[in-house]
Amino acid sequence: MSALVVAEHDNRSIKPATRVTAAAAEAIGNGFDVLVAGEHCAAAAEEAGRIAGVGKVLLADQPAYGHQLAENVALLVAELGAAYSHILAAHTTTGKNFLPRVAALLDVAQISDIVAVLDEATFKRPIYAGNAIATVRCKDRIKVVSVRGTAYDPVAAEGGSGVVEAVAAAQDAGVSRFLRDELAKSERPELTAAGIIISGGRGMGSGENFQLLEGIADKLGAAIGASRAAVDAGFVPNDMQVGQTGKIVAPDLYIAVGISGAIQHLAGMKDSKVIAAINKDEDAPIFQVADYGLVADLFKALPELEALL
Amino acid sequence: MKVLVPVKRVVDANVKIRVKPDGGGVDLANVKMAVNPFCEIAIEEAIRLREAGAAAEVVAVSVGAVVCQEQLRTCLALGADRAVLIQTDAELHPLGVAKALKALQEREQADIVLFGKQSIDGDNSQTGPMFAALTGLPQATFASESKVAEGELEVTREVDGGLQTIAVKLPAVVTTDLRLNEPRYASLPNIMKAKRKPMDVLSPEELGVDLASSVEVLAVERPAERGAGVKVESVEELVDKLRNEAKVIA
Repeated sequence: MSALVVAEHDNRSIKPATRVTAAAAEAIGNGFDVLVAGEHCAAAAEEAGRIAGVGKVLLADQPAYGHQLAENVALLVAELGAAYSHILAAHTTTGKNFLPRVAALLDVAQISDIVAVLDEATFKRPIYAGNAIATVRCKDRIKVVSVRGTAYDPVAAEGGSGVVEAVAAAQDAGVSRFLRDELAKSERPELTAAGIIISGGRGMGSGENFQLLEGIADKLGAAIGASRAAVDAGFVPNDMQVGQTGKIVAPDLYIAVGISGAIQHLAGMKDSKVIAAINKDEDAPIFQVADYGLVADLFKALPELEALL
Repeated sequence: MKVLVPVKRVVDANVKIRVKPDGGGVDLANVKMAVNPFCEIAIEEAIRLREAGAAAEVVAVSVGAVVCQEQLRTCLALGADRAVLIQTDAELHPLGVAKALKALQEREQADIVLFGKQSIDGDNSQTGPMFAALTGLPQATFASESKVAEGELEVTREVDGGLQTIAVKLPAVVTTDLRLNEPRYASLPNIMKAKRKPMDVLSPEELGVDLASSVEVLAVERPAERGAGVKVESVEELVDKLRNEAKVIA
């Protein structure tokens, strides 16, 4: 039996996290179908059909799924997923919201946030903010698994020829309503997909000072992130938070500015290929993981850095 | 209105944990334990609901060994009215805990069940939504703001792209994110008072729940260590290294 990958999308296009989840399905090895549940999401379903290696695409296009309300999506996924050996979704705020409901409806466990597939029932996943890696085996008939966005390189977006099949099922639990979104608008790449990230911490001192990072981010084509301390202090919004309870990232280059390096922050970025840190405190823990550390006043160093790029 | 707050006993957030060299797990001997930080936010939110007159009673519950009474006493000192320990020495997992809590909810009939969004040991982020599915209740996960409206709860959720606001019908499940509130500290008089507050102890058998897990932990290892690199003396040197040695910038 193959795996069902529940697509992460915004009704218009498929998010890259979906193709990372598909890569985990490929690692399990029995092929995969993709479910696109949303509203007016036919374009996203067509895009899903071009994902390399896809079997077929199930399209559930209903108002009840338009905002990914967990109660409705979980009923649908539990119904369709019963025919598969694995149900996979990205370990994003969307996946974390509906997938445990699916597992409970099917009376099976969920394996969260896997970083590796060892075989069809055995997975590796970080625990304790990534300070330990557990190898777990799931004995349930259906394995419900969420996949960390940095676990695998995404499968190719093109090359597949999956047929889109409409699913009639309309599941509306009728207990929750969408009211509004306040989504960040940015021309910059998304944190979880960026090749370079520059992040600011409490040392930035204020939200205005994050402008010092913007010029550098523009020159590098980088995304801008933040530590929890910077978000809690109200410098920047929550969607910029990198760490154990924020976003997990693994870019080619991560530049940490004015970030001390609490274990909760390191949990979100220590798999970056190269880490550079700028901090005025030479004893800051961030230097213990940084490939390149610069002990300096960030208010002097950042303008210099921007000028040199 | 009654608020039920499930809390978990975990290693204190400031402790750097040690993985046992034999791969048998994390060494918890003589390690400082605490209420999971997200559960603490949930307790705080419940107490604020009572202080605002929206809730009449706050009940803290934990599933685990007898030592979890320490964390329940902390919750009572923070302001919970009473506590319930579902006592077991079984190896716990989210679905089993959700089932035990469902059995308790059948007795308690709480209007709002406030969970932390994840525990900082297992990092599963499952128990709240699993409980919601088992009880058929709606859920508002990762809450950063919540207000009670007529028969509903309006909750702003922290999602990857920003914020999303939804309304859920009561009774409902909420899981807390970091910015929902800032938990208070327990005062000494309240810590003393907490010793006299009621704490019921129930067994999974009394509740008729099976906590057996279908997931087996085969090994727990230390992650690959990342060594410290070099210190550079200037911004010029940093740029030079990134460009010519690491080759990560153009």
